[in-house]
Amino acid sequence: MKFPELHINFKAIVIGGSAGSFQGITKILSQVPKDFPLPIIMCLHRLKHVRNGFIEALSIKSIKDVIEPYDKESIKKGNVYLAPANYHMSIELGHYFSLSTEEMVNNSRPSIDITMETAAFTYKNKLIGILLSGANKDGAMGMKKIKDSGGFTIVQDPAECMIDTMPTAALNTTSIDYTLSIDDIIKLFFEIHKLYK
Amino acid sequence: MQEIHIVDIRKLTEIIKTKYGYDFTNYAISSFKRRILRILELHKFNSVDALTKKISDDPVFFEEFISEITVNVTEMFRDPPFWRILRDKIIPNILLNHKKVSVWHAGCSSGEEVYSMAILLKEMGILEDSKIIATDIDDQILERARSGVYTVKNMELNEKNYVRFRGENELNKYFEVKNGLAYMDKSLVKDVSYRKHDLVNGIVFNKFDIVLCRNVMIYFNQNLQNDVLKKLHESIFKYGYLAIGSKESLIWCEIANKFIVVNNEEKIYKKIKE
Repeated sequence: MKFPELHINFKAIVIGGSAGSFQGITKILSQVPKDFPLPIIMCLHRLKHVRNGFIEALSIKSIKDVIEPYDKESIKKGNVYLAPANYHMSIELGHYFSLSTEEMVNNSRPSIDITMETAAFTYKNKLIGILLSGANKDGAMGMKKIKDSGGFTIVQDPAECMIDTMPTAALNTTSIDYTLSIDDIIKLFFEIHKLYK
Repeated sequence: MQEIHIVDIRKLTEIIKTKYGYDFTNYAISSFKRRILRILELHKFNSVDALTKKISDDPVFFEEFISEITVNVTEMFRDPPFWRILRDKIIPNILLNHKKVSVWHAGCSSGEEVYSMAILLKEMGILEDSKIIATDIDDQILERARSGVYTVKNMELNEKNYVRFRGENELNKYFEVKNGLAYMDKSLVKDVSYRKHDLVNGIVFNKFDIVLCRNVMIYFNQNLQNDVLKKLHESIFKYGYLAIGSKESLIWCEIANKFIVVNNEEKIYKKIKE
């Protein structure tokens, strides 16, 4: 699979996922090479009151370490980040994270919309947004923001999703560049990796 | 979601600063923008300028604004392991040198943490000998904190946290449900002093054994975090404790070397230098 839109100016990838996305995420993380050049920023719905365990579960197969950033932590190239439990995670113009305990958005904290919208504001057309399987509409507005800011948008193929509400909501809300299986999303990561070499 | 511009926000914070003496200039921008948007929607203003004008003209509305700009999402016994460490290690440690425990809840919001602390101290048998001061920037939320009335839905979460805290009773021993609301046992907080105080412009007013300022400074940018942390440092006795939120960090603050980490997971620090 080829992605002619890819270029070497991308600055970050943001991934949203909820119910049914865990397997896909771990598969992606098990393939992303150690020297992958872009930060991968993940906002996944998770149990609000269980702080530990999730990152360990993700890390088992991940080639790179998965980091739950602290408030105001700088975003570094090639790192993999995960929104901490029970906090919203925003990306600020100075390329760092900020956390907050504001009201839930789309019944979620962390909310994918918040992470994606602030990432779109910061990275503009240099952002790739990926939305995976999930049972609510969180992320649809975020994907729209990414598209409207000139970014590149991908959803997991609804046919492959355990629960397709989330990618379908995004497809109905904005124009999505590619609808891909997890395996093809992994190929996209490989393409980016090659480009930056 | 409409886009709002930093320039308009700057105008707004300038007016507030000149007219009311509150300084929101160094609040963390993403969450501040979302709060402003929320207020625009809630009160049907069509621009930040319209909001700015209203604030400038109407001091009563400004009080409302203060209530809505601050984030008041909190829980009793949030992060239960934190409260266990407080009970099993930190407070016993303080009692080695002090007869009484003095506590400051800086940014107490609707008061859930104050009740958590009061319950913890009561179960340790030292509530009567403790001094608790709870402050917030927002008068309305202080009123709610004083009233100790919470929704039953929130109490369910609080009860789950309390079970994980491994308190010695059931949480419902400390509240009564009437007309679908939970009324806390107010004797728990009868000696608590609730006061209005702005962490940004307010003075250092006392010294404490423990200062809890959890998930408050995340709404500030790093410059402001630095300034506020200096005040918190001044407000703690030497060898007293500071607790911040589990995903906050002191590492990049100028004053970090005046504290040591007591518990990194729960973000409990000890002041070791004046």
